[in-house]
Amino acid sequence: MLAAIICLGLIGLASAITLGFAARRFAVEVDPREQAILDVLPGVNCGACGFAGCSGFAREIAESSDITTSCPPGGATVMEKVANIMGLAPIVSDPQVAVVLCQGDNDHAKAKYRYLGINDCRAAQKLADGPKLCPGGCIGLGTCARICPFNAIEMTPAGLAVINRARCTGCGKCVASCPRRTIRLTPLDASIHVLCNSSDKGGVVRKYCSIGCIGCLICHKTTPEAYVVENNLARVVYDHHLEALPAVSKCPTHCIRDFATGYPQGSALAPATVPLHSGKAA
Amino acid sequence: MTMSRLKSFPGGLHPNDSKLATAGLPIEDCPLPPELIVPFSQHIGAPAESCVHVGQTVLKGEVIGTAKGFVSVPVHAPTSGEVIAVEPRPHQSGRLLPAVVIRPNGRETWAPGLCCAVPQELTPVELRERIWQAGLVGLGGATFPVHVKLSPPDDMPIDTLIINGVECEPFLTADHRLMLEAPQRILAGIRILRRILRVQRVYVGIEANKPDAIALLTPLFAKHGIEVVPLAVKYPQGAEKQLILACTGREVPTGGLPMVTGCVVQNVATTAAIADAILDGRPLIERICTVAGPGIATPKNLRIRVGTPLQHLVEVCGGLTCEPERILMGGPMMGAAQLSLAAPATRGTSGLLIFGPGQLPVRPEGPCIRCARCVGACPSRLLPTTISAYSRLDRYDDAEKYGAMDCIECGCCSYACPAGIPLVQGLRQAKGAILEKRRRG
Repeated sequence: MLAAIICLGLIGLASAITLGFAARRFAVEVDPREQAILDVLPGVNCGACGFAGCSGFAREIAESSDITTSCPPGGATVMEKVANIMGLAPIVSDPQVAVVLCQGDNDHAKAKYRYLGINDCRAAQKLADGPKLCPGGCIGLGTCARICPFNAIEMTPAGLAVINRARCTGCGKCVASCPRRTIRLTPLDASIHVLCNSSDKGGVVRKYCSIGCIGCLICHKTTPEAYVVENNLARVVYDHHLEALPAVSKCPTHCIRDFATGYPQGSALAPATVPLHSGKAA
Repeated sequence: MTMSRLKSFPGGLHPNDSKLATAGLPIEDCPLPPELIVPFSQHIGAPAESCVHVGQTVLKGEVIGTAKGFVSVPVHAPTSGEVIAVEPRPHQSGRLLPAVVIRPNGRETWAPGLCCAVPQELTPVELRERIWQAGLVGLGGATFPVHVKLSPPDDMPIDTLIINGVECEPFLTADHRLMLEAPQRILAGIRILRRILRVQRVYVGIEANKPDAIALLTPLFAKHGIEVVPLAVKYPQGAEKQLILACTGREVPTGGLPMVTGCVVQNVATTAAIADAILDGRPLIERICTVAGPGIATPKNLRIRVGTPLQHLVEVCGGLTCEPERILMGGPMMGAAQLSLAAPATRGTSGLLIFGPGQLPVRPEGPCIRCARCVGACPSRLLPTTISAYSRLDRYDDAEKYGAMDCIECGCCSYACPAGIPLVQGLRQAKGAILEKRRRG
């Protein structure tokens, strides 16, 4: 009994001395700022900055003193803290949010064929350019929702990706994962968007989608600064998004939406109190 | 002869081959449709470029699309008639792709300048040139331009020619019928290929489920020093790498071209078409196609013109017995599902298969039970379940480490999986993502 205690005690002592010596002798110089930066970063390791996780980003900033690369999930507040740690002036960048430029779920947009393959939009897109007749609309298999590090994307029962603007950090992972570039990054303060991504002519769009942009130019005529129509598709000029409101109610297919008043139908995010347009083309 | 004596490759499986319906039916000439839709994209590589205009009268065998680049071949008018449109039309890929629409005038007037030749009087370079001008592509289904395969670089000496008469896809009997009905054409084609590649050793691989073809070709080819190799009845015996391994014991290394083994593989139908192109000067404007499947009233082996709409093929075969649930161009294992019967048959259309509701089982996907049937079935000796799982987690680097790029997409893993997991689909997804990453550097 006593022998065992002494034995273990000696082994413990010897190990402690060795470890203590090794810790001093082989210590790696770490820039204290690196750890400080790592502490203020969100720690989600989303990779949106372009580095392998938050620690990679912290090391890069500590070594290069370059804070032009931003941390999209952390936004301006985190980058301000990082700038303070580095003793640099913060670079102000506008926060962004991802938007799904489509409302054509399975109730509104017609299918080209019945897709039976793996549950991945990128795989479906390779088969005859996707299972929907629309060449630009949301395929609805949820690749973006699975890839989002912040659980900010939900799939409606009718098969449409909807982004929770409160959770989205604008990291852009969904944008890169969408095979049809239906998701885009837009300024966070712009709440009005043309939710369509089909560049087909109006007559063609009407054949397969009751809620798509037909390029009728009414929005552009209502507020010329706020909308441009290119390739039969209207989009908001985000520099002038504050002027975009009057055209929302004039859009004949209801594809211009104001997120300040409501999300697309079928989404759990849609505030129940806000009446939505019928969604049916006139 | 027992299965174990027959040459083969590791892995693979034998789906019910369903060939009885058409294996005994002689090849019939398919009547001309009212309109031929000839796409410019009928081969792997750059699509041909139009050189005709609407209203122009074209003659049979006339060039209507010129080749763009080395890995590309010209496209020819399948019959004489009037060009009524040059526009995007439904294509087997499901997209609308540029095509020439020809209304046949029924006169079948051959274009001038298509000349017969004696192979012995032409140099290998001239023969290759003529093969390219005839628009020849691999008729087994992959439609790879033949002249590219016949132009091995100097550092890859070729010592063996393998003729692929395996036809391991279920339902298809086009190559089987060709071997029975035109062995002399195949022989003539082999002699031309021998001259071009300067090889003596020639194997003709045939699956043992075609004993009549083996019995017919063996004595005929033996006189010319060509060995007919009966092969185990196993899918994908007709895949290029698996065929080389079975016939010669040589293995294509990871990432390498089949050519590095010193072997060139050509399909029997391609070989016969080479004879047509050199001996008669006939470009590739027709092929043999098996129209079958439970949805077809009278299955047939048809000699069809390139550009014949699938709808016309169905009508020639007595129409449909049910509402089509699945339309497949090619065999059921690797064939491409079609959106409709509006697309035309092209140079690569070895078969048209129609299945009605409930005739193709669609299993709901379950969890992997680690039974490793996919591992045993994989002819490339990969771990499909592991790679597919990585693929679905977007871990393409890991998928690549496990050899995803060696997958030949034969579909054995998905077929073997008792849990109905879409394994080959996951592998294909990974291959696409890896290739894209390599392209971007």
